[in-house]
Amino acid sequence: MSNVWQAKSMVQRASEALTVSPLEALMYLVISLVLSLVFVALLGLGLVYLERKIAAHFQCRLGPMRVGWHGILQTLADGLKLLLKEDHIPAGADRFLHIVAPVLCMLGTLLAIAVLPLSPVVQVADLSIGVLYIAAVSGFGVLGILLGGWSSNNKWSLLGAMRAGAQIISYELSATLALLVVVVFSGTMRLSAIVESQAAGWWIWRAHGIGLVAFVIFLIASTAEINRTPFDLAEGESELTGGFHTEYSGMRWAVFFLSEFINMFIISAMAATLFLGGWMPLHIGAGQNVFNSVMDMVPTWVWFAGKSGFIIFLLMWFRWTFPRLRVDQLMRLEWKFLLPIGFVNLFAAAAAVLTGFYFFPGG
Amino acid sequence: MNISVSSLERRINHGICGEGPIATEEYFINMGPQHPSTHGVLRLLLKLDGETVREVIPVLGYIHRGIEKMGEKAGYRQFVHLSDRIDYLSSLMNNWAVSMVIEKAANIELNDRIQTVRTILAELQRIQSHQLWWGVLGMDLGAFTPFLYGFRDREKLSDVLEKTIGARLTMNYIQPGGLMFDIDSDFVKDVKLFMDYFKPKLAEYETLVSENIIIKERLRGIGVLDAKSAVSLGTTGPVLRASGVMYDLRKSEPYGMYAKTAFEVPVGQSGDSLDRYLVRIVEMRQSLRIVEQLIDNIPDGKYFVMKPAVKIKPPEGAYYSHVETARGILGVFMVSDGKGSKPYRIHLRTPNFNNLWAVTAIAPGWRIADLVAIVSSLDLVVPDIDR
Repeated sequence: MSNVWQAKSMVQRASEALTVSPLEALMYLVISLVLSLVFVALLGLGLVYLERKIAAHFQCRLGPMRVGWHGILQTLADGLKLLLKEDHIPAGADRFLHIVAPVLCMLGTLLAIAVLPLSPVVQVADLSIGVLYIAAVSGFGVLGILLGGWSSNNKWSLLGAMRAGAQIISYELSATLALLVVVVFSGTMRLSAIVESQAAGWWIWRAHGIGLVAFVIFLIASTAEINRTPFDLAEGESELTGGFHTEYSGMRWAVFFLSEFINMFIISAMAATLFLGGWMPLHIGAGQNVFNSVMDMVPTWVWFAGKSGFIIFLLMWFRWTFPRLRVDQLMRLEWKFLLPIGFVNLFAAAAAVLTGFYFFPGG
Repeated sequence: MNISVSSLERRINHGICGEGPIATEEYFINMGPQHPSTHGVLRLLLKLDGETVREVIPVLGYIHRGIEKMGEKAGYRQFVHLSDRIDYLSSLMNNWAVSMVIEKAANIELNDRIQTVRTILAELQRIQSHQLWWGVLGMDLGAFTPFLYGFRDREKLSDVLEKTIGARLTMNYIQPGGLMFDIDSDFVKDVKLFMDYFKPKLAEYETLVSENIIIKERLRGIGVLDAKSAVSLGTTGPVLRASGVMYDLRKSEPYGMYAKTAFEVPVGQSGDSLDRYLVRIVEMRQSLRIVEQLIDNIPDGKYFVMKPAVKIKPPEGAYYSHVETARGILGVFMVSDGKGSKPYRIHLRTPNFNNLWAVTAIAPGWRIADLVAIVSSLDLVVPDIDR
């Protein structure tokens, strides 16, 4: 069984190919780079379309219907429009930072995509510190938002950026604590190994509710980290007229927008990988039985897409149902509720691992 | 070569990096005239300390059209048509207020049919106005979905009104001496259908927004307007009643058919934004109740007692009349010199002008997000402030 699911990342292939010829190694790297970019672009298009359609149906309307079948090309048309729009940099803005900020936002997103195990054989790099790496590179996003707000020379933008800074740094704590629970359980930070550790059952239900609490904390905290409603204070359209990207237009704005959507995918993929078994099919017990073999027939990438898709749908559901929190309520939620619960949960996880008191068939 | 980095120099000199305290200062920021949650062209000049509002200075005049002066030039009959544009969400009630003062001046007695239809339409429009307010409040607090729910139901009501009136926003229907034309033959049926449709939707409003924990947290205790300052600021309508002052012209000086219908006027307790919210929700139910009582009992009769072609020449004197619109008291003051078909002087007392100043009293000390919630809970219509 382990043969089938043997993870082999692009980086691994490249280093193996290096022993044959450097050209082949280079080829693997170029392929992985191009494929990641294509993946991000297509994913962005898909997610924007999905969001518009889901929002529309929540709101009793149809959404885009004109461009292509059921408006399927609408996002492409909008992307074209954004490309052709005037790229405006306000007077008095810090030109260099204004240009760099969206790139930084996108950089964090792209770097995080690299370590996600999309299926056993599709992963760009399988780092031994995958979880830590994701937590670290997502910091680029807040840097981009802060710089974007600061460099715009607009008070509304600055307010949005300061909100984002406070919010993202606070909620990163809770998100990381929730990640650590899974690291404690599986004893590794390698994402592919975390997925494999869930062969017998997903972490969300294997540890007496500890996994479930961690999952919920992770979902809330990471929704706040990617600035989505009910935590979209950094943008806060009705308050800050657009927040940190008030002064952005055309393609630069689109890059902020795209990175927000890809971040949503990353969050969902992380939640699926850590708590819902990633590309691992749903199994009952470790042994072979009929149910397990039926589940095995579904391809792994379908499992992964289904799980992340479900969480993406949840996030969209939140967005089109909830209003926005206020700044101080947001901070209170983090520091007075999520963080203490996260700590207690982590200790409980550690205790469970030390005493071996959890549903581990064969640990 | 001498290179100096000015910002660094300033920091060192001002001790931001040193032992001295970090220098902070209050700053001004323009909220509007183009801002998503000022609902039009209201401009609020904010003095902020970080995110905390220290002072709110409303700057008016961006949509001033001089409606009163235009009315003095246009004459008694034409001024009714201008009055649609005062508070565009209560156009029928504006029509009614102006018609009422002209009827008072010219001593025109109306029949019961006219009064009943006017009352029904006014209450339907109160519902329509509150539907829009409810949706916009959701949007101001960051939830876009209620906005579309509110508009969806508002469209249904607009269809009903359009069938009789022919317009959806600037109604132009009530005029001195009666109505513009008779009600549509389907009117009674349509209104009943709408009420059957809207009652479950109103329950949906409650579950989606009123019972939402975030909405409650965002509104409860925010921007408390106590009864005394509410009265001294001259606020009227739901804003005043939410502060615990029971004052509704439909009860205290009944006009139309209000004296003959049973309804309750909701009154708030603490005067915070949540009370202002709940008062309007209950008002929608009460408006439905009023319409329910009247819709089956529209008396027969003519829809006008004075033909539109007849010139109105009120005797010399000053006249005042007021109605309770969806936002408060709209008073119309008119002076006639007794000489012709044009009033000598018109002055309007519009509800939003006074309600707006409540912001200056209750917003300081709260954050920008609260200011948005407060402005939204006051339900401002900017053309009504500037006229």
